[in-house]
Amino acid sequence: MTLPVTLAGLKKGFRATIERVEHRDENDLISRRLRHLGFVPGEEVVMITHGPLGMDPVLIQIGFTRFALRREEAGRVHVTEVSSI
Amino acid sequence: MMRIALVGNPNSGKTALFNQLTGSRQKVANYPGVTVEKKSGLLRVAGDQYEILDLPGAYSFDTQSPDELVTRDVCLGLVEGEKRPDLIVCVVDSTNLRLHLRFALEVRALGIPMVLALNMADSAKRRGITINSEALSEGLGVPIVETVAVRREGARSLTDFIQSGMFQEPRKAEDIDFHAEAKRLISEAVYVPSKTATLDDTLDRVFLHPVAGLGILTLTMFFMFQAVFSWAAPFMDLVDSGVGQLGQFVEVMLPSGPLRDLLVEGLIGGVGSVIIFLPQILFLFLFILILEESGYLPRAAFLLDRFMVGAGLSGRSFIPLLSSFACAIPGIMATRTIQDRRDRITTILVAPLMTCSARLPVYALLIAAFIPDRAVLGMFNLQGLTLFGLYSAGIVSALLVASVMKKMRRSNEVQTLMLELPAYRMPNPRDIVIGLIERAKIFLARIGKVILAITVILWVLSTYPSPPEGWQGTAIDYSIAGRIGHSVEWIFAPLGFNWQICVALIPGLAAREVAVSALGTVYAISASVEDPSAQLLPIVSSEWSLATGLALLAWYIFAPQCLATLAVIKKETQSWGVMLTAMVYLFGLAYLASLLVFNLFN
Repeated sequence: MTLPVTLAGLKKGFRATIERVEHRDENDLISRRLRHLGFVPGEEVVMITHGPLGMDPVLIQIGFTRFALRREEAGRVHVTEVSSI
Repeated sequence: MMRIALVGNPNSGKTALFNQLTGSRQKVANYPGVTVEKKSGLLRVAGDQYEILDLPGAYSFDTQSPDELVTRDVCLGLVEGEKRPDLIVCVVDSTNLRLHLRFALEVRALGIPMVLALNMADSAKRRGITINSEALSEGLGVPIVETVAVRREGARSLTDFIQSGMFQEPRKAEDIDFHAEAKRLISEAVYVPSKTATLDDTLDRVFLHPVAGLGILTLTMFFMFQAVFSWAAPFMDLVDSGVGQLGQFVEVMLPSGPLRDLLVEGLIGGVGSVIIFLPQILFLFLFILILEESGYLPRAAFLLDRFMVGAGLSGRSFIPLLSSFACAIPGIMATRTIQDRRDRITTILVAPLMTCSARLPVYALLIAAFIPDRAVLGMFNLQGLTLFGLYSAGIVSALLVASVMKKMRRSNEVQTLMLELPAYRMPNPRDIVIGLIERAKIFLARIGKVILAITVILWVLSTYPSPPEGWQGTAIDYSIAGRIGHSVEWIFAPLGFNWQICVALIPGLAAREVAVSALGTVYAISASVEDPSAQLLPIVSSEWSLATGLALLAWYIFAPQCLATLAVIKKETQSWGVMLTAMVYLFGLAYLASLLVFNLFN
């Protein structure tokens, strides 16, 4: 089953594929930065874990790299959930 | 002279490579953003000289981050009076090619002659990553060398390449999608077995666990301060008795007179009282260096981010603030990795509240004088606990100050974290030893220059003019320093500071440790004649009340005692306003806290 979610909503230990990165406004620096960090459509990501307070930030593995993203930032990345690992 | 720039993603090992090439000892560590400014050095091979530039790491040239802008401007030749680099060495982490090749493609698009350095070639092999560098070089259209920057001779292939002088402009590529291209190159030339090391996965499961992770972090910090006190003690005794013996030796060897007084009271009494804290400073740095090298620091930033956001800071503030435990100056410079200007300024303003190592001598002296050396709950030492408490007081006040500032600026603007967590690495004992030696050198150089000079000046001021015949008080009361101390005493009297402390606070503005050496000098001069090199500690504990001692501790948590910090705040923010704000609020807090503590215990 695949549900449309964002990276912020992905459960711990789940793998997903990036659909698109949302631009919140014309000059959304965060979404631009996310692209530079490799968050582009088609990439596979894994939600590794989340921070101790309010499940924020989240730790995302993309390719060989792990990034800590705030929920606010991760919410821009829309993904299709694939499976648990 | 040929100008060669080291460019690449954060934490790809540019500075380690720079140190190899130029024989420098710039700071390296295992977290992104260690280097925040341009550094330049000389490479000499076979009679030729090249200028090597070490630049801050960048994810992209399309950026707002102050450290990445430095890199961009140098590469684009936008820095006035500087020519563009003749060669770019694009340093990539061989275990993280997808991200790093993307930036390499962006660098290639500049059209400057370029060579790709596949760094950490050894870790890549260990992980079973095979890179066909010929195919990669072919696909990229750029020559490739393999390097292991942390190993001796690890940059040999790069120096050979530089010496060959076979630089060529990369072929111009049309507007391409850097990601897609990087992915394509990897699929053609690189074989990767598993995405991260299994060990890293396991470590992250423990260290980043919502409960266990925070527990480990607290324990680590706690243990660090305990160790600074208990492990360093025998070494401090050693230094202490050495200083004492030197004093006695000089006293026996020299005839009595001003020279002997200057040496015994001024130099040995003053400088000796600071130098005994070298072991504690080195133990503190041993911990900091191990944490930095291991890759744990960004994990701590991850765990604490949300708490810090609550206080108006960011997880990104964690590393600059932790560096400030060493010294606020590199800490404040490290805030360049914070993109949001207001987050950055808040971090800069609270950085002086982190207890820097220069405060350690002051704390250690006062703790040893007033806090009994006693075990608590069987396992903790009360003195260590007090030190932990003082450090915590700094941290808690920083959080409070930051949250007040957040309320005042009332901004709803979204702030960013987006922090890369590097692979864990076993700290290399050689690097740790080098780091400690560097640290010891810095400390001793400070003693040799600032502290020595001020101590001598202070000795002169506290000795002259000599009192006339029949003077009732002590000699120092009549001296210039004594008079200055007495004349400002009324300001600090409500805090319980006597005039000797007032005298010591003034030179303490240059460097905080000087306050201790100044007290050493002042008390050595006013001490009884039969024992002029009397140790500071027993004097302090017998002459001051507990309330005074604690009030002075409280003063040092807050006081912006070091002018260099204020200068660097001005330089980094380009704003007198921020600097004055820092100065005024820190003095205000220091005064209030000391007043409170003194009246509470008096």
